[in-house]
Amino acid sequence: MADQITDLSAVELRERLVRGDISAQEVTEAFLQRIHALDPRLHAFLYVDTEGAIAQARQVDEQVLTGARRSGRELPPLAGIPVAVKDNICTKGIPTTCASRILEGWRPPYDATVVERLRRAGAIILGKTNLDEFAMGSSTENSGFGPTRNPWDLTRVPGGSSGGSAAAVAAGMAPLALGSDTGGSIRQPAALCGIVGLKPTYGRVSRYGLVAFASSLDQIGPMARTVTDCAILLNVIAGNDPRDSTSANLPCPDFTRALQVEVRGLRIGIPRECFVEGLQPEVREAVLQAARLFSDLGAVCEEISLPHLDYALPTYYLIAPAEASSNLARYDGVQYGYRAKAGDLYTMYARTRREGFGAEVKRRIMLGTYALSAGYYEAFYLKALQVRTLIKQDFDVAFQDHDLILMPTSPTVAFPLGEKVTDPLQMYLNDIFTIPVSLAGLPGISVPCGFANGLPIGLQLVGRPFDEETVLRAAFTFEQHTEYWKARPVTSDTVTRDKVKE
Amino acid sequence: MRENATTKVQDEFEIVIGLEIHVQLLTASKMFCGCSTRFGAPPNTQVCPVCLGLPGSLPVINRKAVELGLRTALALNCTIHPQSQFHRKNYYYPDLPKNYQISQYQYKDHPPLASDGHLTFEFDGQARTVRIRRVHLEEDTGKLVHVERDGTVLYSLVDYNRSGVPLMEIVTEPDLRSPEEAREFLSRLRTLLQYLEVSSGRMEEGTLRCDANVSLRRRGEPLGIRTEVKNMNSLRAVEKALSFEVARQREILQAGGEVVQETRHWDERREVTFGSREKEEAQDYRYFPEPDLVPMVLDPAWIEEIRRTLPELPEERRRRYVEQYALSPHDAALLVENKAMADFFEATIKLFPQPKTVCNWLLGDVTGYANTHGMEFTDLPLTPEKLAEMLKLMEDGTISIRLAKEILEEMLATGKDASSIVAEKGLVQIRDEDALRAIVEEVIAENPNPVRDYRAGKEKALTFLVGQVMRKTSGRANPDLVNRLLKERLHG
Repeated sequence: MADQITDLSAVELRERLVRGDISAQEVTEAFLQRIHALDPRLHAFLYVDTEGAIAQARQVDEQVLTGARRSGRELPPLAGIPVAVKDNICTKGIPTTCASRILEGWRPPYDATVVERLRRAGAIILGKTNLDEFAMGSSTENSGFGPTRNPWDLTRVPGGSSGGSAAAVAAGMAPLALGSDTGGSIRQPAALCGIVGLKPTYGRVSRYGLVAFASSLDQIGPMARTVTDCAILLNVIAGNDPRDSTSANLPCPDFTRALQVEVRGLRIGIPRECFVEGLQPEVREAVLQAARLFSDLGAVCEEISLPHLDYALPTYYLIAPAEASSNLARYDGVQYGYRAKAGDLYTMYARTRREGFGAEVKRRIMLGTYALSAGYYEAFYLKALQVRTLIKQDFDVAFQDHDLILMPTSPTVAFPLGEKVTDPLQMYLNDIFTIPVSLAGLPGISVPCGFANGLPIGLQLVGRPFDEETVLRAAFTFEQHTEYWKARPVTSDTVTRDKVKE
Repeated sequence: MRENATTKVQDEFEIVIGLEIHVQLLTASKMFCGCSTRFGAPPNTQVCPVCLGLPGSLPVINRKAVELGLRTALALNCTIHPQSQFHRKNYYYPDLPKNYQISQYQYKDHPPLASDGHLTFEFDGQARTVRIRRVHLEEDTGKLVHVERDGTVLYSLVDYNRSGVPLMEIVTEPDLRSPEEAREFLSRLRTLLQYLEVSSGRMEEGTLRCDANVSLRRRGEPLGIRTEVKNMNSLRAVEKALSFEVARQREILQAGGEVVQETRHWDERREVTFGSREKEEAQDYRYFPEPDLVPMVLDPAWIEEIRRTLPELPEERRRRYVEQYALSPHDAALLVENKAMADFFEATIKLFPQPKTVCNWLLGDVTGYANTHGMEFTDLPLTPEKLAEMLKLMEDGTISIRLAKEILEEMLATGKDASSIVAEKGLVQIRDEDALRAIVEEVIAENPNPVRDYRAGKEKALTFLVGQVMRKTSGRANPDLVNRLLKERLHG
């Protein structure tokens, strides 16, 4: 029974919960059981809130489901559905560490807006998922508490930084998860774990309670095994929040209404700059095949150019670290988190940060501090802002004649643990196709579009600002015409690398 | 002595002073969150994730603070920038929970709230104009409390109640030419802020803080090296600290030395400024636009509405008092300087329409009482109704001026009203001629010599006799009446 439940999508779980076939508690226990069975190997979770989740499920059973079944009232959209939450999103009373030693043991006194909305929608919060420390990385190897492994191959990375959320969903430890995406941190791990991940338009989802990495880029988004589940989760978390000044004051559509199998007449641009050296041949082939499928279904696919794409990576690695250097200044040992012992204030500051932060975080803080310093500000930070504007303009031009842009999510499939962790530049190249989309603030989704050596490949679809609907419609259409999303990694208790490779 | 020193310096050197004034705004809630700004609450009770700078929290601009900033900028004749930007000022200190302060930095492409204004005031009989470089908004820091034993700090505690309280920074151009002028400017500015209901202006409580940049130069030469003087907690302290600093710099320059550019603190007790012993490095605050806040775009209609609803400002009020109430310019200025007193004045003359009398009492006895008792005008238990009642009793002759002064003192001490004090003490003036005539007889019988002197033509002797009658009646006799009765009796 347990395995059966954990195979279900959020939509299927909801049907059964509404009918009364299963209870929220049964659902929650099934997922918890699977977490306890698999997670010692995968390490997708940093914290599993077993008691809290069961208590919450009981409450939903007693107060929400029973009442709704009796009165015939509409159920809250996620009533009784478990969700895993990336550990850089604040959960009241539940540890929120950002996978950093410096925040070990910190329990926020408040819920992030998205978590409030999850609770209001009846969702059960299973626990907190692993990530690269402060979301800085593309493999979840930068976690201060050990890496997460890819359910498709335990010797490989799940991608990052939302690697814990991606692995949890891929392995059936949660039907839904929240990730955060600054330069590809939802889309890239979704691609590497063979699931669906959507980065909404910057401003679509409140950042209140998301521990900031780079404020002008960070965005929370849904991760799930199907496009429909992503849309349902997006419905719950999206919308204006007066506590986040950068959240857009725009009406939010019902995103599930966009889920139609229809792409006829859709004009899809394929940037020629994406098909360059470094792109794995199988990835290239899978993405071009996806384009052919869209053409067959009546969409118009054309080659386009994003001339400043080459500059996206260096631009990102000035803006994001600059903001991070300031955002992470607050971890100083004074108020909360780790504090090193020292005789005076400045030694305490220095030791706390030296001992509390990992190497990649320190690298980016130094980069960003440098980029903002007097005498360098104009040459680096300000210049990067100007290039960011050019990259945005590239997309603006492309969207004059096209409704959607299609490209790979990641240049390769999941790579072995340890392969790139000592080579930051190689690691950064993982996000070469997701970063430009982040810089332009656009909505982008990654959907499974093939396999190479048994490892999933992701297709990225990018839309106009606040046009998640077209992105979702195209992704849904693609999903309905393919089978890749149905594949599941073999993750029984006896799973070994060889078995997965068969 | 120091005044002399200053005058001498002005002969040889020109003094150049610019002020940076930090004003706590009178908003109910903080700059970027909904926490209360109330002063004096137990430590760390007026805090939330935002003003504690907790991970994940985000700022939201307080509209009221922007309105108060705009009110000030308009009253200071500034150019309002329709779009401005907040910035992060990055530095580490335990009273700064995020280790950056959200402030407004002056960049060409995103200016502060307002700039390029001026304030004109009269000083030394001349109209002086001080240019305002900029007006911007920012958040206050928390407060460190150092726990000491035997003069060494054992540990420090942080109170975040003040963290995030809205601050307005007003920066002048270096247009002030003497410590006295700086004090006068600051006093005028404070009055203006009180009129605008933007600030309580209490320097002693720190709701108004002033730092000063001071330098000296030989006339016609470029600006000299300046020092920044901090920690001046009253108008008097500003003048004294600047005078000290001017004298100190002059001594250095006259000895052929060079002033060190540094921050110096005013020691109120020792009346000196001192530099910190640590060597100062040029701080790099790494300002950059605050990505958590979108640029602040001001609706021109809103600015217009604020302009239209600006209250009467001190300068206008002073002019009106001279024209409408025929007060002397000096009295009008004194009255207007204290907004609470000027408001009190206007309320009183509605009840007792003799502006000059009311003004004299307020500036005389009432102010005198407050000064001797070290109280603020607003702390006195006096109301316009009570003062008007007392003045009416005086006008209709129920009490004499002398009595009135006594009664007022009692009113100020106890909060009672005049009529009950009069009734309690039986202080009503004796105007009964028959009663007074009997006392006049007594006095004449007891003082044969003065009576003889008066009759011999010594007018002065009458004054003595009147005084004797007043003494016997404990001052309750109407002096005019006594005068007449005595004359009648002595001539008769």
